[in-house]
Amino acid sequence: MEADSRWLTPPEPNKPSLPRRERLPYLLLLPAVVLELLIHIIPMLAGVGISFLGLTEFYLSNWRAAPFAGTGNYAIALNLNGATGQALLHSFTVTIGYTLLVLSLSWTFGMTAAVLTQRPFRGRGLVRTVFLIPFALPVFASVITWNFMLQQDTGAVNRVLLALHLTRSPPFWLIGPNSFFSLVIVAVWRTWPFAFLILTAGLQSIPADLYEAAALDGAGILGQVRHVTLPLLRPVNRVLLLVLFLWTFNDFTTPFTLFGSAPPTQADIISIHIYENSFVSWNFGTGSAMSVLLLLFLLLVTGVYLAVVRTSGAERRA
Amino acid sequence: MRRTKLTTMAFVATLAAAPLAACSSSSSGGGSAAHTTLTYWASNQGTSLQDDQQVLAPQIAKFTRETGIKVNVQVIPWTTLLTQITAATVSGKGPDVLNIGNTWSPSLQVTGAFVQFTPSVMSQIGGSNRFLAGSLSATGESGKPPTAVPLYSLAYGLYYNKAQFAAAGISSPPGTWAELVADGKKLTKAGHWGLAIEGGQVPENVHLAFELSEQQGGSFFDATGKPTFDTPQNVAAVRQMIDFMQADKITNPADAQYSKGTEALTDFATGKTSMVIWQAASGSLAKLGMNAADIGVAPVPLPSPMPAGGKNITSMVAGINLAVFKDTKNLSAALKFVKFMTSTPEQESLNATYGSLPTVSAAYSDPAFNTPAVSTFRSILSTTAAPMPEVPQESNFETTVGTAIIHLYADAATGKTVTSAMIAQALSQAQQQLGG
Repeated sequence: MEADSRWLTPPEPNKPSLPRRERLPYLLLLPAVVLELLIHIIPMLAGVGISFLGLTEFYLSNWRAAPFAGTGNYAIALNLNGATGQALLHSFTVTIGYTLLVLSLSWTFGMTAAVLTQRPFRGRGLVRTVFLIPFALPVFASVITWNFMLQQDTGAVNRVLLALHLTRSPPFWLIGPNSFFSLVIVAVWRTWPFAFLILTAGLQSIPADLYEAAALDGAGILGQVRHVTLPLLRPVNRVLLLVLFLWTFNDFTTPFTLFGSAPPTQADIISIHIYENSFVSWNFGTGSAMSVLLLLFLLLVTGVYLAVVRTSGAERRA
Repeated sequence: MRRTKLTTMAFVATLAAAPLAACSSSSSGGGSAAHTTLTYWASNQGTSLQDDQQVLAPQIAKFTRETGIKVNVQVIPWTTLLTQITAATVSGKGPDVLNIGNTWSPSLQVTGAFVQFTPSVMSQIGGSNRFLAGSLSATGESGKPPTAVPLYSLAYGLYYNKAQFAAAGISSPPGTWAELVADGKKLTKAGHWGLAIEGGQVPENVHLAFELSEQQGGSFFDATGKPTFDTPQNVAAVRQMIDFMQADKITNPADAQYSKGTEALTDFATGKTSMVIWQAASGSLAKLGMNAADIGVAPVPLPSPMPAGGKNITSMVAGINLAVFKDTKNLSAALKFVKFMTSTPEQESLNATYGSLPTVSAAYSDPAFNTPAVSTFRSILSTTAAPMPEVPQESNFETTVGTAIIHLYADAATGKTVTSAMIAQALSQAQQQLGG
């Protein structure tokens, strides 16, 4: 029992132990820390461990017996002269393009809608609710509906295009080059309401007198957005863009529901690519190595992004 | 300081281990037959998952009446069956008894996920002599104890619409590919196509590629089990498949998206296309409302003249096998269920409903299997069918080559010209994914 109470002591030996009252927050945090370990850290470490194993179908039921592969899996994943490495690089570039498009479009739509619904008008609540519907629907249900609508022969999209005489032969939306844009449209449709929600909340904290002052100085709507809204939303945008980036980059459900386990090469998003390489080809070692590489990339992006916004924020304040 | 750290770690480790211990303790214990419930993963053999549930329900009820053992049937679609088996194998949590595509047998055999049917286990389900030798050959690598027994036997045939053939003035089904293309062109007109293809689906693509490659004298694996995907014969086989859509234009480009495993057959049943290459499907065609008098079935065509080294193969040895999961807690009940499903009356009833062929010889005395369609398939199975490559990498081969063909069909459908060089490159990339 004595040891149990002492382990909460901070590492500096000179400091006196915390008074009883100040231990309470740490105790309250304990369940969260344990769950975090169980749910996040341990599976992640297991994934890193598997990436060093030659875990193929031969060891599926007894994966502890899988041989140590060293960095072999990483060599395969990063060898750009090999088919696996080339395919991974292709998938990576597709995913980058997809993420940037979805991120910028979702943010633009969300921002526009948030600004337009900022001032009260009749029916504003209804409009806001309608905007949020795509985000509130279950992913599978809404994306499978898109899948039906985007079918080449029976889909609603092509029916409408043909009825309006916009096209003579119905295009394919789920295979070939168009599949990339189908995926972007569906992802933006799903993502922008979240940006809208967060930005709407952010706008509530901007005092109305700032707009009045700007208006008195002669700023129009665009001027107000540029000189009042955007600077004051900086902290919100900082987090929002990062979250949207990570979500979009890692999204599995949307592309998987839209295309199944064999997505078209033009829309070969990295999360499905890794899934294919582990579950479909039964090579969990290579799949895990790819996951670890993806994790490192996302850590790098996040770290650089946070460092950049922090220094630029500091400069502004100085 | 160190001691406190260790205490922390021990504490966390205890917490972390608690749920694991809880998991493992629940796995012990068995129970008598009366309280046993087996979980059975059935593959999709009928026109839909619900259809399978309805077909199986009375048979399962009969089994429960006879033995007191309850069976929880889950019908798994083909698109996810292999993935679910993989996940069950890794986690050790799966069904007691399950269906597998017989071509996966060698791959699943090496995972060690299934109970081995050693002679003593075989005798518990009535002995191996009851089964047809051809069906029993596709249950795993030769020389090793099989890890599955055959349940339904199937073969590919060319289904054609007799009424549409007659209306176009064609008197007999095509025997060569040149004839098939010529007939297909006669039958293709606005909104109607000659040949339906499930172009977005892995198994259908890879099975046809295998059959056409055999006819070209090709092979996807050499004698030592190494992949040889991008040989000229294999390229020619895949080229022939793509050209139905691209060059001959007897296949609807929309077929490139057909991936559910039922769409091409539905197009044929509803008269939108005149031909489809499919595994024994009379049961499904009847359920889809096709007039029985219009259904014709013939062996898949052959090239003429035969290329050098070409083999007279018109089908792979298709079928469904029954396996018992190694981690089952109800081994004896599971084996009773296997014995029941492979018993002569069940074989007669289930295969007659699905339009497949029994895997036990005794069942053929049933008059239900004396129809022209059944004798066509029996003769295909016994004379012109070859098993898919029996190597551990078989399931990888199916996935990589099948997926490559999906992408090639997609290219052809969306206006890209697919050349032999592109096919060779796609096959070579598929081969590299196998590390070969």
